[in-house]
Amino acid sequence: MSSQAGQEQKADTVSLTVDGRSIEARKGEMVIAAAERAGVYIPRFCWHPRMKPVGMCRMCLVEIKGPRGLALMPSCYVPVADGQEVVTTSEKVKKAQDGVLEFLLINHPLDCPVCDRGGECPLQDQTFAFGPGESRFVEEKRHWAKPIPINPLVALDRERCIQCARCTRFADEVAGDPFIDFIGRADATEVNIFQDQPFDSNFSANIVQICPVGALTATPYRFRARPWDLEVVESTCTACSVGCRMAVQSSSNRLIRNLGIDSEPVNHGWLCDKGRFGYEPANHDDRLTMPLVRRGTELVEATWTDALTAAADGLAQVRQIHGSAALAFLGGARLPNEDAYAWARLAKGVLGTDNVDCQLADGLPAEAVLGLPRATIDETCRASAVILLAPDIKEELPVLYLRLREAALDGKVPLIEIVPQATGLTRYAAHSLRHRPGEVAAVVRALIDAVSGVAPAAGSQPPGGVEHDEVARAAELLGRGPLVVVLGRPSVAESATAVTEAAGVLASGIPDVRFLSALRRGNVLGGLDMGLAPGVLPGRVSLEAGRAWYSAAWGAVPDQRGLDALGIMTAAAANRIQGIILAGADPVSDFPDRTLARRAFAGVGFTVVVDLFLTDSALHADVVLPASGWGERPGTTTNIEGRVTRLGQKVTAPGTSRPDWMIAAELALRMGSDLGFDSLDAVAAEIADISPAHRGLTADVLASRANRDGIVVPPSSDTQADPDQSRPTETIEVGASQQQGETLLPRNEPAAGGAPLEPGAQAGPPGPAGESTTDGAAGPPPPFLTFTGPEAAPRLRPVDAYSLRLVATRALYDAGVGVQHSPSLAPLAPPTRFRANPHDLARLGIRPGDLVRVTSSRAALVLEAVGDAGVPRGSASVAFNQPGEGAADLIDATQPVVEVRVETVSRTTGPAPRSEGRSGPGSGAS
Amino acid sequence: MITDAGAIVTGRHGIPESWTLATYLRNAGYEGLRQALTMEPGDITEEVKTSSILGRGGAGFEAGKKWSMLRDADPKYLVVNGDESEPCTFKDHMLLENDPHQIIEGTLICAYAVGAAQAFIYVRGEFALGIERLQAALNEAYAHGAVGRRIFGSDFSIDVVVHPGAGAYICGEETALLESLEGKRGYPRDKPPYFPAAIGLYGAPTVVNNVETVSNLPWIVLNGGAAFAALGEGRSTGTRLFSLSGHVKRPANFEIEMAKTTFHDLIYDARLGRGIRDDNELKAFVPGGVSAPWFSPDQVDMALDQEAVGKAGSMLGSGSVIVMDHTTCMVRAAWRITRFFHKESCGQCTPCREGGGWLDKIMNRIELGAGRRSDLDLLLDVCDNIAPGLSWPPQKTTICVLGPSIPSSITSAIRMFRDEFLTHIDEGRCPFGPPVGASVAVAGP
Repeated sequence: MSSQAGQEQKADTVSLTVDGRSIEARKGEMVIAAAERAGVYIPRFCWHPRMKPVGMCRMCLVEIKGPRGLALMPSCYVPVADGQEVVTTSEKVKKAQDGVLEFLLINHPLDCPVCDRGGECPLQDQTFAFGPGESRFVEEKRHWAKPIPINPLVALDRERCIQCARCTRFADEVAGDPFIDFIGRADATEVNIFQDQPFDSNFSANIVQICPVGALTATPYRFRARPWDLEVVESTCTACSVGCRMAVQSSSNRLIRNLGIDSEPVNHGWLCDKGRFGYEPANHDDRLTMPLVRRGTELVEATWTDALTAAADGLAQVRQIHGSAALAFLGGARLPNEDAYAWARLAKGVLGTDNVDCQLADGLPAEAVLGLPRATIDETCRASAVILLAPDIKEELPVLYLRLREAALDGKVPLIEIVPQATGLTRYAAHSLRHRPGEVAAVVRALIDAVSGVAPAAGSQPPGGVEHDEVARAAELLGRGPLVVVLGRPSVAESATAVTEAAGVLASGIPDVRFLSALRRGNVLGGLDMGLAPGVLPGRVSLEAGRAWYSAAWGAVPDQRGLDALGIMTAAAANRIQGIILAGADPVSDFPDRTLARRAFAGVGFTVVVDLFLTDSALHADVVLPASGWGERPGTTTNIEGRVTRLGQKVTAPGTSRPDWMIAAELALRMGSDLGFDSLDAVAAEIADISPAHRGLTADVLASRANRDGIVVPPSSDTQADPDQSRPTETIEVGASQQQGETLLPRNEPAAGGAPLEPGAQAGPPGPAGESTTDGAAGPPPPFLTFTGPEAAPRLRPVDAYSLRLVATRALYDAGVGVQHSPSLAPLAPPTRFRANPHDLARLGIRPGDLVRVTSSRAALVLEAVGDAGVPRGSASVAFNQPGEGAADLIDATQPVVEVRVETVSRTTGPAPRSEGRSGPGSGAS
Repeated sequence: MITDAGAIVTGRHGIPESWTLATYLRNAGYEGLRQALTMEPGDITEEVKTSSILGRGGAGFEAGKKWSMLRDADPKYLVVNGDESEPCTFKDHMLLENDPHQIIEGTLICAYAVGAAQAFIYVRGEFALGIERLQAALNEAYAHGAVGRRIFGSDFSIDVVVHPGAGAYICGEETALLESLEGKRGYPRDKPPYFPAAIGLYGAPTVVNNVETVSNLPWIVLNGGAAFAALGEGRSTGTRLFSLSGHVKRPANFEIEMAKTTFHDLIYDARLGRGIRDDNELKAFVPGGVSAPWFSPDQVDMALDQEAVGKAGSMLGSGSVIVMDHTTCMVRAAWRITRFFHKESCGQCTPCREGGGWLDKIMNRIELGAGRRSDLDLLLDVCDNIAPGLSWPPQKTTICVLGPSIPSSITSAIRMFRDEFLTHIDEGRCPFGPPVGASVAVAGP
């Protein structure tokens, strides 16, 4: 450490004494936090490290010496100071803490035997440790009606509440949903929701987790278990791809509760409600427990041997008659990395097809996701500005929304969203550029022009429908430092090409720009990393670049690039795909173009479905194999940053369900290829051995405590394995990124720029049976793929005055298999409505609340109309994949955009027409 | 001794329609402001410093000093505190109803002196007539050119806003008042920062002055700070309004020169309280509002002097003197005061929120005859847990001083009238009989 660095550190720290012991603390932190890090626990209720201190409960009173001598002060509200003297154990402190606990308990019902919190209750624990032994209170306690629901997921018991303001602060400060607050005063103070306004938040059950008593309980968990009966394992949520760390708890072999773990780089302890209650499908009665095989029109139960043989025979037959190109694989974006890898190896190495996709035409091409320079969440939250080219993060990646919201608050990190309609982040965004569907690249081009000082041509049309001066004002925020683009698929009613073109323009137009993925499926990043996309192979290499390497490792790879999900569906509809494996994929429900999906499955000759439930797609299957799901199998998962973390297994899968990797290996064996996968560890070891991005990322390395927050792949040189591990740490230093430059160079290499390294240069990849091909015949490992945009998106016809361009977005709670098999969450899925700008509704003579017929080239639906000022004029928004008919019926995925026409079929009868957004249409329009 | 110092803030009271602009102007109205506008702002602050006027809200902090502590930032705000809500304190009430223009004039002088961008007068919501007259006066003052743009043709412009409170005593605490004014729950703010002069309304430096304090300013500007300081004695300068209530023949507000008059004069003098009702015996009195420790009859010759009262272990506080004659049940009196503080706790800090209610319940139980001998120690220990000891430096068991105000009446009553408590407990009833016209049953929370 240089002396200058030493001084800097000195300037940031202060030293104080706690109970006579000298400790170092960070400037600005509170005494309670500094003491805790030094091993002195000061009791507290209201203080929470992720929220602003309020000094309300007074439990943390300690003596602090000020200019006037020692005095009781709240240690959560007094910042550390040099030379400060803190006493936490004096008689005076003891008496004050006794007093506060006695006060807290006088009105507390002490109904611990029937309280969910009993056994893990901070009030119990701190009374035990710091409180008086008995109560002197003989009066009547305070009474409230209880419990009362504050939303469908959370119940409130006001008698147990100790008014610590944790829930109110979480709602206001962290979630931005300030729907719970204090009412009344003195000892009649209650925490409650406002009249007729439920605690409507995607994050509501966090307040249950942080409640220091049993005042807030989660309805799905109430009275289901005693905490001391729970078993726990650490895991990662895969309800979306943010990768929140969580503690998964079970009782009697049933998943019963998830709690957020404070992972500094990811979720800060928070979970969304969908993730928190995402264990429910595992316990659902409809889970598949036995393989099913088609006998005529029926699917009947079969043994695994029969079912696997039937599946393998069917696929082999297709390959024999129609060739490998008639086979396809869809799914894998919700599976652990190891299972995804096993499927990729089966499809590409055994079946010989590159018609493989873990996305269902609702994401972005692998080249764009894997080949653009990547940013972490932390880097995004520290960027000089963030461009959102993404769907509604609040609905699709909820905890990323919390992180971005926190970063954007008070204008710290300006957000510029370039979106087809307003999102949950709009109110925190510096600029919200709302463009016409399909024309985002034009806006981005104009933005780059504005940054480079190129004035728009005189009289030119507003790019994508966004006014020139809006673009110019947004451009002022760029070019001031590192820029991060949050890149996803804002609407599945416009082609992915529109987005990738815009991404390419940004990548080439702005130096040092980095990208954070906003793809949503639980392990879509892992799926892509493992090669579950056309044209790629595991470890972020292209099919061409990796051909030699993987031919050596696997024995064979497909001859040429295959089809993506849209291509597979189109080909299947034309009878050119004859055999398909669906692994955790339900295209009939999830594919953006339902008409095409139905036609596709009518054309496929042989379908194998591997899933937890008998999905709509599984009804077309010839063989259905029951898979084990989240919480039932170990493995690793990869989040939006490329961060690999471990999944925990807590319960055994129902019936005879098996993990996907095992099914893939069995199918391979029955088709004459032994993958050598006799255990999950064997799969993991093979990935760590041959995937260029995952070299050295072994189970031991991931299990070390130092890597508890996971490792961002490719591992950088500063990723450390636990020093206790016997493995040489060099193994995880291998691997580098072309994009991320010298910071990621391994430390045993000279800093020689961003040239790709040669993982395991001394040995070639292992052979098909897992034996190392030490002759190195395959040559050096392949380089990582890069994104070479921009593609030119097709020119769009202007929208005519009678048509609206469709935006199809998602809500947190949808008609997907997961939500619909969560009894607590399924009722929360909103119905499908037709949303359009109030001016457009007025122009078309539609009143909010009217039922309208929405007609596209694919279908005509009748939906309720809603005025929404967040939808720009000329566009219309229909949520994708909500219960009932919806956007998937309207979308023609083969077209760059979808246009709809609207007519009223029945007038609203209600007195108060629904209108959301800032302005409603004039009633005289009808 | 009653001095013949003229009235400073109550001079116009009693004049017909004293609250109107016409009456005000006929009686030297807005002359202090006109004079102030000819002066440098700093010179006005100097005059106020010279006057040594102590804040009249209860804490007794020197007003001029408060002004000069103002952090130099733009904007600055002035907030005038008219949220007088304590039982037996009713001086601001009278000023608001009888001389609202004087408050406005004082507000403007202060705002000019400290360079405030905007001024707010926060008035207790229940003062319906006071708010009506103040708002009417403000409208008149705007029309007269005394408020708004280019006041009286000078370069000084300012808007004044009258903001009614919504019925919470705690909003008289200046930081809770600022929160309330910002539209939030009336929660006192954590200290530090200790003074709104550093971080006040909307985070800007803010002067918070009492209605009575600003009412003195026109006189100080016209007559000079030295003339004000010549009245009174020591740090207690000028005149001051005392709200005399309780068992006196003539409960009222009296403007008296500070430190010259004694409590005895106030209670018994024919020009002031005129003695105890029915010529009963004095049993005890509260020298400065219900949060002040009580005094016994042998302290009645003490002067109305902030320092002297403080040295004797109580405070002059808001200037409210409450007289209790020998027919008073001291348990009931202490309980009633406790109940007030219990109900008015904002609910933030555990000791005040829960402790106040507990004390209320114990006191009520004793008064109803269900007390236990152990209750006395319990009461004192609960008081000690709310505000440990009477130790220095102050123990920060609560964010604001409402909590530490709760024990005063109970500890005073037990210290001075322990036997009366024991009689209640041993006889199982109140020796003074049931209260007249009031229910003492505990209402729900």
